[in-house]
Amino acid sequence: MIEIQKIEKQFGNLSVLKGVDASFNAGNVVSIIGPNGSGKTTLIKCILGMVVPDNGSIQFAGKNILNDYSYRQQLGYMPQIGRYPENMKMGQLFAMMKDLRKSAHVLDEELINEYQLMAMQDKPMRTLSGGTTQKVSAALAFLFNPKVLILDEPTAGLDPLAAEILKAKITKAKEEGKLIIITSHIMSEVEEIADSIMYLYEGKVNFYKTITSLKQETGEEKLGKAIAKIMKSQSHA
Amino acid sequence: MLKIAKYVIYDILRSKVLIAYTLFLLVISFSLFALETDGAKSIVSLLSIVLIIVPLISIIFTTTYFYNSYEFIELLVAQPLARNTILLGEFLGVALSMAATFFIGIGIPVLIYASSSTGMILLLAGIVLTLSFISIAFFASVAMRDKAKGIGLSLLLWFYFSVIYDAIVLAFLFSFSDYPLDRAVIALASLNPIDMARLMVLMKLDISALMGFTGAVYKQFFGSSFGLFYTIGIMLFWITLPLLASVRIFKKKNL
Repeated sequence: MIEIQKIEKQFGNLSVLKGVDASFNAGNVVSIIGPNGSGKTTLIKCILGMVVPDNGSIQFAGKNILNDYSYRQQLGYMPQIGRYPENMKMGQLFAMMKDLRKSAHVLDEELINEYQLMAMQDKPMRTLSGGTTQKVSAALAFLFNPKVLILDEPTAGLDPLAAEILKAKITKAKEEGKLIIITSHIMSEVEEIADSIMYLYEGKVNFYKTITSLKQETGEEKLGKAIAKIMKSQSHA
Repeated sequence: MLKIAKYVIYDILRSKVLIAYTLFLLVISFSLFALETDGAKSIVSLLSIVLIIVPLISIIFTTTYFYNSYEFIELLVAQPLARNTILLGEFLGVALSMAATFFIGIGIPVLIYASSSTGMILLLAGIVLTLSFISIAFFASVAMRDKAKGIGLSLLLWFYFSVIYDAIVLAFLFSFSDYPLDRAVIALASLNPIDMARLMVLMKLDISALMGFTGAVYKQFFGSSFGLFYTIGIMLFWITLPLLASVRIFKKKNL
């Protein structure tokens, strides 16, 4: 579905991505993990076309995304910190997004209903709490029934109940054959919903493996421990 | 593009800044017309408002608006919309609301008190000036990531076009006063939208006789129909060039 080849990106003197190769396939939940500043969000923004890479290519369903925008029809994005026009009311925001996207897909309003967002539709976006804003971001990402979902730290800031609803929604989307790319720092959550893990370290892919093979190789039961073991063995090598 | 412009206009209407600006222009132009019985004299006083205040407000309002709607732009960039559609939609929204503001604030009093051809030229010059300074403001705000730097650059550009540039032209005229400069002066005026707007109106006011030999050259050149097309062409150039430059930058911008 998405093929990334030798992506490089520099911000000023700071080299954020140093040649990342990866491919993501439909029906998978891939979790991108890595320390802060390892380039996770930049990689995601490259796929979204929000950041233009200096080098390398990204293909979406066989087509280069450079100077193309129609592929974003198939994308749903939930940012780490959702920022919306402050004066706009929540109901107006949803109406505007529907108007702007004019999607041919059937709308998926499940999250709007489950989070009961319509009860708050007259509230201006600037008055919403961080958690509610995250719920709006999640609902917007799923709204247009996209084939690919990109979620940047989706459960950070959500209360446990809302996080469970979102995780159930992610699992359901996976069963529908969608590709879901998630960044997260919470290992237990990654273990629960992801199939494969891509570890990004200082702008490079350190490893990209399925969770089962990770556990087999290290002989550990818990994902957190397995990853720690790999990191240790690499630092000794 | 039109849809984006529509949401931009909604958003601008919700903030009260432009309404205050409209009232300000209305008060100024009505009081100028009330003070003078001769409409042409009021037009000259209005001209200085149009040449100084209108570009200043246009450039400052547009720059602050652009940075304040950064969230909206970020949201749009992740959607299936082309980057140039997004930027041109933003421009169209701001341009329509600012032009409407100018038309209400200055246009209506002029139509009531001085609906001569001079009044029409003043309105045309004002609207074109508004649009070109919005375009320049877009360039400054797309080029600078930091809000303070963007507003600083906008103010600097305004200061350059309304003060510094004229000083440079004067210095140039003084140092080369032994040479025939008539053509050079026309070329120099074309490099500044404010000068072009000023000439457009002054030529209509028949006071070019006061400007000596240069005035005669101006009159001969800008008074002709070729001169009119030239002026309009140059003004259009001042609207499109900064806008095209900002589209180019915006296409490669990291958000």
